[in-house]
Amino acid sequence: MASDRGYDISQWYDSKPVKLGWLAILGIGVFWVLYQRAFGYSHGLDSMTPEFDSVWMGLWRFNILANAVFFAVTIGWIWVTRDRNLANLDHKLELKRYFYWMGWLVCYIWGVYYAGSYTLEQDAAWHQVIIRDTSFTASHIVAFYGTFPLYITCGVASYLYAQTRLPLYSQATSFPLVAAVVGPMFILPNVGLNEWGHAFWFVDELFAAPLHWGFVTLGWCGLFGAAGGVAAQIVSRMSNLADVIWNNAPKSILDPFPSQVNPNAKAGY
Amino acid sequence: MFRTDEIIKASKLPPEGVAMSRHIDYIYFIPILFVTIVGTFHMHFDLLAGDWDFWIDWKDRQWWPIVTPITAITFCAALQYYNWVNYRQPFGATITILALLAGKWVTIVAAWWWWSNYPYNFVMPSTLLPSAIVLDIVLLLTRNWTLTAVIGAWMFAALFYPTNWAIFAYSHTPLVVDGTLLSWADYMGFAYVRTGTPEYIRMIEVGSLRTFGGHSTMISSFFAAFASSLMYILWWQFGKFFCTSYFYLTDDRQKTTKVYDVFAYATLANQDKAKVGGKA
Repeated sequence: MASDRGYDISQWYDSKPVKLGWLAILGIGVFWVLYQRAFGYSHGLDSMTPEFDSVWMGLWRFNILANAVFFAVTIGWIWVTRDRNLANLDHKLELKRYFYWMGWLVCYIWGVYYAGSYTLEQDAAWHQVIIRDTSFTASHIVAFYGTFPLYITCGVASYLYAQTRLPLYSQATSFPLVAAVVGPMFILPNVGLNEWGHAFWFVDELFAAPLHWGFVTLGWCGLFGAAGGVAAQIVSRMSNLADVIWNNAPKSILDPFPSQVNPNAKAGY
Repeated sequence: MFRTDEIIKASKLPPEGVAMSRHIDYIYFIPILFVTIVGTFHMHFDLLAGDWDFWIDWKDRQWWPIVTPITAITFCAALQYYNWVNYRQPFGATITILALLAGKWVTIVAAWWWWSNYPYNFVMPSTLLPSAIVLDIVLLLTRNWTLTAVIGAWMFAALFYPTNWAIFAYSHTPLVVDGTLLSWADYMGFAYVRTGTPEYIRMIEVGSLRTFGGHSTMISSFFAAFASSLMYILWWQFGKFFCTSYFYLTDDRQKTTKVYDVFAYATLANQDKAKVGGKA
């Protein structure tokens, strides 16, 4: 519907999903922080006690189950509702889908913030006040088994959304997008190295120790996304879509691959 | 500085197209770019230099002025590459350090103080904002990354200790506790027990006859400046690598070809526009 502006913004923009998604992730983050503050000292100091098993391993079980359900529902929904007629996608609808996709990336990145910034340093703080007698500490249960699977699901969802709804990503595999999703994803398996090292080799929590450097190098891959190739792909594609829609640029600029594979190929549009 | 109006005019977009372009900015710069730097750079920084940043009694003259700038200039260089080469925005380093401080202070309030009960001044992070602003100014004035590596990166590291002096100098003042001469920082370190970082793995300075001369900090900063310069060059190239934007396309015969999409039509020269079927 056209507004006072003289054009209909809903043809290419809708911010409701990203607002809902971000608020939901913010809500679960606030829940985790309040839970830690409420039960950290009262039930979280000795992993051998029954109350640790009920309160903290209970949260661990909730995190695992909730993340498994979230992954199955999200990935299943994106796949089942995929676009099977991408060749005829309207250009304004493609713009709208890029905004939806950026919404997925916002949720993914907020999860990366929880994992790489807040819960990472919170882990440093908590390990200075407890004796670390288990790999499942009150900080680990939130960081490794709550926030890590959360952002991995959002990352995989971002990848799958692009592959099933955006023409460029359905035709070919974007190297920076793969790096931006798979690199941080491998931070979770790296927890295995970390916990093995802290259990058998290096008990103390020296943060700059080489045992932690796997997290560092895998975290760098995030730059392929927001400060690298994926951002460049988004900006240039949306710029080209805008030129086709509003500046009468040729539609062939929206189909850049065939001519690179076969110089005589015709554009798909 | 950004000549936004001229750029919008040059795009020849109608108001609807301009509005669409502004919506990209709203979603991209803070929720995506800034938060990504918070998440990834905070992790990088904490796991390479975090211990020196966490504790006031780790802020010594031998390691702290070296480890911190060398670790921090990495993302600053990569983000300078990204912002400068793609958008001609001269604030890559400043936005990087602002992101780090944002992530740090949320954690200091909510985790170090509210959950773990350490006082702010015991776990207060150092600041690299003055260093980052100077690094950005050097890039803006020279418009040359090599000169920025030589001049800016040196100043980035050399400014680190003096610009933090106002914040942390008090902790170096001496006091006597039970007949033993200590610094305030040492005293706080002994008063607040750290179960995960016992005294035997504290990496604080080791004195020699030369350190009595009083030039230790200057020498550390000098070395940090040299290493930061090299690190800047390396991470400018990393920034270029992170901006890699090709695809792999697999055809019906399972042959995989590397293909590119990244050309913004509006930025092409007229002859290149003609090649893709546009008006020259």
